[in-house]
Amino acid sequence: MHIPDGYLSPSTCVVMYVGAAAGWYAALKRLKRVLITRMVPLISVFAAFAFVVMMFNIPLPGGTTGHALGVTAAAIVLGPSGAVLAISIAIAIQALFFGDGGILTLGANCLNMAIVGSVVAYAGYRAVAGTAAPTSRRRVIAAGVAGYLAANASGLASAVELGIQPLLFHNAQGAPLYAPYPLRIAIPAIMIGHLTFAGLAEAVLSAGIVAYLQASDPGLLEVALGSVSAEGEKTAGGGQRWNLLRRLWLVVAMLTLLAPLGILAAGTAWGEWSRTELTQHASHPAIGGGSSMSASAGLQKLTELWTAPFPGYAPKFVKSPSFGYVLSAMFGVGLLLGGSLVLQSWLDRRRSTRPLG
Amino acid sequence: MSGFLEATALNLTRAIGRALTSEEIARRRGLLQALDPRVRLLGVLALVIAVTLSRKPMVVATLLTLAIVLALLSRVSLATLAKRVWLVVFFFTATIALPALFVTPGRAVWRAPVGAVQITGAGLYTAALLVLRVETAVTFTTLLVLCTPWSHVLKALRSLGLPQELIAMLAMTHRYVFLLTETAGQMLESRRSRTVGALRGALQRQMVTRSAGVLMSKSFILSEEVYQAMLSRGFAGDVRLLPDFQMRRGDYAALAGVIVVGVAAVWWGR
Repeated sequence: MHIPDGYLSPSTCVVMYVGAAAGWYAALKRLKRVLITRMVPLISVFAAFAFVVMMFNIPLPGGTTGHALGVTAAAIVLGPSGAVLAISIAIAIQALFFGDGGILTLGANCLNMAIVGSVVAYAGYRAVAGTAAPTSRRRVIAAGVAGYLAANASGLASAVELGIQPLLFHNAQGAPLYAPYPLRIAIPAIMIGHLTFAGLAEAVLSAGIVAYLQASDPGLLEVALGSVSAEGEKTAGGGQRWNLLRRLWLVVAMLTLLAPLGILAAGTAWGEWSRTELTQHASHPAIGGGSSMSASAGLQKLTELWTAPFPGYAPKFVKSPSFGYVLSAMFGVGLLLGGSLVLQSWLDRRRSTRPLG
Repeated sequence: MSGFLEATALNLTRAIGRALTSEEIARRRGLLQALDPRVRLLGVLALVIAVTLSRKPMVVATLLTLAIVLALLSRVSLATLAKRVWLVVFFFTATIALPALFVTPGRAVWRAPVGAVQITGAGLYTAALLVLRVETAVTFTTLLVLCTPWSHVLKALRSLGLPQELIAMLAMTHRYVFLLTETAGQMLESRRSRTVGALRGALQRQMVTRSAGVLMSKSFILSEEVYQAMLSRGFAGDVRLLPDFQMRRGDYAALAGVIVVGVAAVWWGR
């Protein structure tokens, strides 16, 4: 879905632009290395194709119709980098030429539909298709599954962006300043439409296009920008390991961004009660077995032994709980990364100083 | 019969129609049309930021009035804006904002005579601010789109530092959007003229996805042809655009005016 201007705060828009710019930079860099001159007309015409396809009414089971993004077909044929650029350009033309979708929210819309959509579509397609032949039935199913996943992933991304607005931006009386619904309302409200219409429309279009290409133009399923650049990487050496690492990083980044989802859950995770909660809920059968219990002196002593730097998953100066969650997640990932780098360098040093033979 | 074909054909025709209207309005002699496109782009961006930062519905409503005055001075009819922006945005955003009236916690300003339904002050504020903000921001963006030829938008974006490759791709995409829209329209029209009676769902889906597949194959052939043509003209990866805009006194004054209005709106609406 396109988020118009006015739904997201300017600071959210800036963060989304930064995120999208990182995606555009990576895609441009990856493509430039492979096809500097051919890229311009190919991406442009494909962006025009995606723009037109977004206007198609796709008939869905049950007699309704839905609109697709075309991002999955782009990711399958162009590879993820080409799809990121082509869909971003189509979205930019919609915003800047037709006035559909916002100018400030352009970064967020590109991040959701072009970047998240392309990466999820490509990963889903590759995971399900495996090493199946270009003309196998499995590829059609893979395209459908990838389309369904991509539309829902991009819907979820926009739902999270809209849902964190009331948490982060409200006036002194607590009235939301931008999109008014919290995550627990925004996510189901947006995902119902994506799990049904948008997801199905993207699945139908992607599977249908792959089936058509298998019959009439199978070459397009083999020779694509994505596969060309992947080849280039493999010949450079260590490509597969790097690919795996990159995928892992992507998952870590997405999980970090999704950290505020924890706020959705009511109550505390089982066994993670604080001392006060333990005392309060001691009569709960799950904790104290129904018997009256109070926090023991030993527990109290142990609690005071170590005070967490980020109590409640947020440093004290951060007022917003969801921002605190993201910050804590980034801090945690950074800490683990730093630790593993130190360990790695220590292991490398030991290996190099060990005598051969 | 085949409603999805007609709906798609209508979408395609509407897109071309809107582009033609924009071109026609951009040629008119009006205030925005006379300004340097860079001022127009920066000015609209500054005003949209001001709209988004303002926290008072009254300030946003004042900015909407400014947008209406700008539209009239730029010879954009209010009927065009109402049809293209205000009604569409109102139905979309008001539908989204409506439940906020009731579910936003706060002091009740209206209670239903029966049941527990109530409208809260905070809900009213949030819903009004959201609808006004979206209406105003989209009106400013639409004014830019209506009063500026696409080639000028691109040159203005380039002068603001966007990479040349990106500008070239935006320009080329815009050019082929119309060709492919027309091709798609013709394909659907020819299919519609050969369709008699009701089609089964699966057949409908096959028809549409095949059309999309054919369009994709055509796009690849087209991109190859464009690439060959570019090579024949000596394209070697560098894209050059001629910067031919000249800032005049009126442009500087307009830019200063927009910045003053934007800052005042943010300060007043904080």
